[in-house]
Amino acid sequence: MQKKVGTAEKNSFLSAIIRKQIFIPIAALIILAIFNFIVDPSFFKITLGHNSEGDPVLSGNLISIIDYGSELAILAIGMTLVTAASRGQDISVGAAIAISGSVVLRVLCGTNSHPETLQAPIIAAFLVSCLVAMAFGAFNGALVSVFKIQPMVATLILFTAGRSIAAWINNNELPVVSDRTFTYFGGYIPGIPIPTPFFIAILCFILTWLALKFTNLGLYVQSVGINEKTSRLNGLNPALIKFVTYVILGLCVAVAGFIKVSRLSTINYSVVAKDIEMDAILAVALGGNSLSGGKFNIYASILGAYVIQFLTTTLYKFQVQADALPAYKAVVVIALVILSAPIVREKLAAFFKKLRSPEKAESKA
Amino acid sequence: MQEKSLLEMRGIYKSFPGVKALRNVDFTLRGGEIHALMGENGAGKSTLIKVLTGVHIKDSGDIFIKGQNGPVQIHSPQEAQNLGISTVYQEISLCPNLSVAENIFLGRGKSRLVNWRSMNKKAGELLDSLGIAVKPTQQLASCSIAVQQMVAIARAVDMECSVLILDEPTSSLDESEVAKLFKLMRQLKERGVGIIFVTHFLDQVYEVCDSITVLRDGQLVGEYEIEKLPRVQLVSKMLGKELDDMADIKNDIPTFSDKDKSFVYEAEGLCSSEGIKPFNFNIRKGEVNGFTGLLGSGRSECVRAIFGADKVTGGKVKVNGKEVKISKPIDAMKNGIAYLPEDRKRDGIVGDLSVKDNIILALQVKKGFFKPFSKAEAVKFAEEYIKLLDIKTASVNTPIKSLSGGNQQKVILGRWLLTNPEYLILDEPTRGIDVGTKVDIQKLVLKLASEGMSITFISSETDEMLRTCSRLLVMRDRKLVGELTGDELTQNTIMNTIAGGDR
Amino acid sequence: MPQTDMKNGAKHRRLLGGLSDTNLLMSITIIVFILMYAFAIFGLGAGFLKAQTFFNMLNANAALIILACGMTLVMITGGIDISLGGMAALVSMCSAVYLDMHSGSVIGAVMISLGIGLAFGIIQGFLVAYLDIQPFIVTLAGMFFARGMTTIVNTNPFNVQNEAFVKLKETRIIIPGMGSVNKRGDYIDAYIEIGVVIALLIVVALFLFLKWTKTGRSFYAVGGNRQSALMLGINVKRTTFLAYLMCGILGGIGGFVYFMHVGSGSASHATGAEMNAIASSIIGGTMLTGGVGNIIGTFFGVLSLALIQNIVSSAGLDQAWWTGITNASMLCIFLVIQSIIIARRKKENLSAEKPAEAKGVKT
Repeated sequence: MQKKVGTAEKNSFLSAIIRKQIFIPIAALIILAIFNFIVDPSFFKITLGHNSEGDPVLSGNLISIIDYGSELAILAIGMTLVTAASRGQDISVGAAIAISGSVVLRVLCGTNSHPETLQAPIIAAFLVSCLVAMAFGAFNGALVSVFKIQPMVATLILFTAGRSIAAWINNNELPVVSDRTFTYFGGYIPGIPIPTPFFIAILCFILTWLALKFTNLGLYVQSVGINEKTSRLNGLNPALIKFVTYVILGLCVAVAGFIKVSRLSTINYSVVAKDIEMDAILAVALGGNSLSGGKFNIYASILGAYVIQFLTTTLYKFQVQADALPAYKAVVVIALVILSAPIVREKLAAFFKKLRSPEKAESKA
Repeated sequence: MQEKSLLEMRGIYKSFPGVKALRNVDFTLRGGEIHALMGENGAGKSTLIKVLTGVHIKDSGDIFIKGQNGPVQIHSPQEAQNLGISTVYQEISLCPNLSVAENIFLGRGKSRLVNWRSMNKKAGELLDSLGIAVKPTQQLASCSIAVQQMVAIARAVDMECSVLILDEPTSSLDESEVAKLFKLMRQLKERGVGIIFVTHFLDQVYEVCDSITVLRDGQLVGEYEIEKLPRVQLVSKMLGKELDDMADIKNDIPTFSDKDKSFVYEAEGLCSSEGIKPFNFNIRKGEVNGFTGLLGSGRSECVRAIFGADKVTGGKVKVNGKEVKISKPIDAMKNGIAYLPEDRKRDGIVGDLSVKDNIILALQVKKGFFKPFSKAEAVKFAEEYIKLLDIKTASVNTPIKSLSGGNQQKVILGRWLLTNPEYLILDEPTRGIDVGTKVDIQKLVLKLASEGMSITFISSETDEMLRTCSRLLVMRDRKLVGELTGDELTQNTIMNTIAGGDR
Repeated sequence: MPQTDMKNGAKHRRLLGGLSDTNLLMSITIIVFILMYAFAIFGLGAGFLKAQTFFNMLNANAALIILACGMTLVMITGGIDISLGGMAALVSMCSAVYLDMHSGSVIGAVMISLGIGLAFGIIQGFLVAYLDIQPFIVTLAGMFFARGMTTIVNTNPFNVQNEAFVKLKETRIIIPGMGSVNKRGDYIDAYIEIGVVIALLIVVALFLFLKWTKTGRSFYAVGGNRQSALMLGINVKRTTFLAYLMCGILGGIGGFVYFMHVGSGSASHATGAEMNAIASSIIGGTMLTGGVGNIIGTFFGVLSLALIQNIVSSAGLDQAWWTGITNASMLCIFLVIQSIIIARRKKENLSAEKPAEAKGVKT
């Protein structure tokens, strides 16, 4: 009798943990970490070295995860909001990053593609790119909220045109910024051995946290995503809220684009942030958020983004080429959506019930 | 089985978890008869139809159909169709993007190919024979709703149905369209088809039907010939109140003199996109009034127009004597109006959000985007109303969708009380919840009114309205047809006013 | 009777009288195409008068026509398939590797192409139709899978040297009497490639399929209103599955036709083809919401896109990015037109339908 109670409690405790949304990315992270640890413990090694400028830098797989995972994590913030409010995803983020990166270079380099000095302050370039990216976000948002086009199809327009627009902004030239301070944002600030993108990401997380704490963004977005009719009857404007989430995603895109161009001091229109939309959607799904909208947990998405970078780094370590990565990730996505499909869940639940019932019968006997 | 009967249902039982939807219901349909199936909310009309069309499987009881030996079992809509039972639903279940002829013949016949010429010809002949004025090649979406409805009927007729079920087919038709539909129904009747007509428009029942079966609370009230059942009797049978039931259940509800012109809310010629006729309305401080009428009479649409829930298309509105514009819910909220909607699941709850978030939602929106409540404040509000309204929930963080219907309703009531409204609109707050909660809500309404809140209360149960309201506005067919106060507030006068026409 | 007709007509005014949605949108496309062609001839010179200019548009876009046909099928049922471009790249690469590195036969390569298409069709169709997963997510994953697999099969792009294949690729079908005389006065025959013949056969076959078979009509019914289609006795899941299956097979065929045109394998082949296929379908009058669309319209949709690109480059705007921008703006314009048409229709039916909706609860 007592024993039974014990197992019941244990079950409920376990299921309580499992039911927590953030459990999914944590579990995935742990599985990946254990896998890497077994295959090659040196995966986790971090070394302190010096870069070509003589500044101290940390290097190692973990450092590159928090470094290169930053853009993705920042995008995951906006993508989570868009998914929650409009029950669909924005697939134009990669193309939009190309545009905003191109704008940054255009402002910094002016008409000359290889200037000796910066033609404008970096902050100005960043602000202009924010405006442009938010405008494109607004374009997507208007198509979705005003013209009521499905999000993925609406954003398909920018997905196609984006990289062409990016090339057009710089007359298809490849401007190069020679000023060293510009590289700080995507590289290292002299004297600090931790990559700057990680700090930028942290700053974004703090801003998100503040926004969620000091505004009603979370409540409004979830409410609209779950029940538009109720939201309207409670005084919200669902179209406006959807629109705003796309503009916020535009801002995230601008920050991510800024980091991307700072890494290289230049841009390759057809390659920059390639396939990042897939990773961003995957981050949202890995964070345990429903891709059909509603309740969301941004922090789980952010963690999901780093888990994906972890996966990417692991795959790289196994000599998987960059272009082949999407194939593996696609398998992960499909596995995730199949497991979260209502029909499959019902079947699984019924199956487990069946499994458990003979056990119960036995224990009773 | 009787000689003339097309269809007999005997002793039908059907229950869903927690609800006994049908208890020992009998139903008989004769050939060449139009038979009205009447009843208020939750009476079991819909369940009975669904048992007959194979959407639900009956728990027990027998169904006999002419030409079949012994009782038949109906497991799917397809089986029902094979037995000659066809249904035309209120929401048209045809494909708007296809032609009229295709909609008649889609999914039928064995050939794998479509012979357009013969299909259009056959459809044309069929439509002609039924007197439906539409070209077979026309796209369905470009036909009026009435024509679409009739095309659905034509499809049913062509599938050689002997029993035709019309489930509220007239609710979206205008008068001339209804007339066309009735003409078609009479033609079918002459061919010997038995028609089951589900509607809530009394005039229509008396215009076209031969007999009436009334259900109430899942039980059979009786079957009547149309001539032998005057309107008032019908209404009383549907509502379950005997005409002589004069027991005065009214207590000390304050009455207001007509001279008192200090209205909290006043509307003149208000109308909305939902097709209600322009109406005048007002309410004083501390008054409880109500809209009454049968289901579909437009009572909900009226209050939705007041709150700006539907698109307001005209009228003047004054709040506390000052003219204001209320075109969307937030306008109404800012003017101290609150509205508890009729359809809890669709318009009321935000299912995945917690009880706490559901309670604070309206006040939070009213307060503004940049002024969120702290967690502690929100929990305090939630706990206050959980206690006040005795909401049974595991915690403030439980998702509202896992609560029972009555408790969900209380949460939404709590949401609006939290906004401290001057004027509260309650549309069917007691529907589908247990008796104890119903009484709680009625008491609460009276208490709030005594504290100075103005309340409009809508309920399908006349007792409830009589117990709480000092003034009733009666709706019929989307029109305000009467206003009852003081001594007029009796079951009899209400039913007479609802029934209208010949008394 | 005439009176009632008039009343209905007045009540439900349409842009072009009695035309169904499908025919209305298709007519717009065809008219736009003809106007653009006329504009090109008069505005940009006689180059557009040569039959070969037109045939070259067909030659270059035969694969796209086939892919767009597949897209139209799933879009009519209310779905979408964005894995088509990736599928075409994967098919090209697999066929190329098979022909050159395993010295395979052309027949074998065709079989491989069809097999890949079939596999995609079955899996995506199953996930969408029977597990009820959003088609966009499923096929987005399909697209990334196909692109990734292409790289895994072989990283570097290469031209196929297989003799039998090269012979097939270079086969030209001469169209008699349509040739032109070049600057030196030589007569040059007008020609089309084999792919064009395949594409045209598919267009005709699918047109007949959608118009004259019960299955074809049930595609429209499912896209028009799933619930109604179910009530009318159509197996909705099987129909949806069939649409994705056919789309997958068309992806395989289209991929092979693409391969025949370019004669090489590369991971960057057919980039954005899914997008052009969607754009062609939409421009050709297929509604995103399903239930409305026509293969002939899609055919003209592809030609319109090709023509616009021709015009843009003849007008001197031959930079690469103009393609993307013009395609996207065409798509954007037609999407917005569709959205407006839908909104208008809703408005028209509003007065009649809304009360039914608002009542909400039935007894």
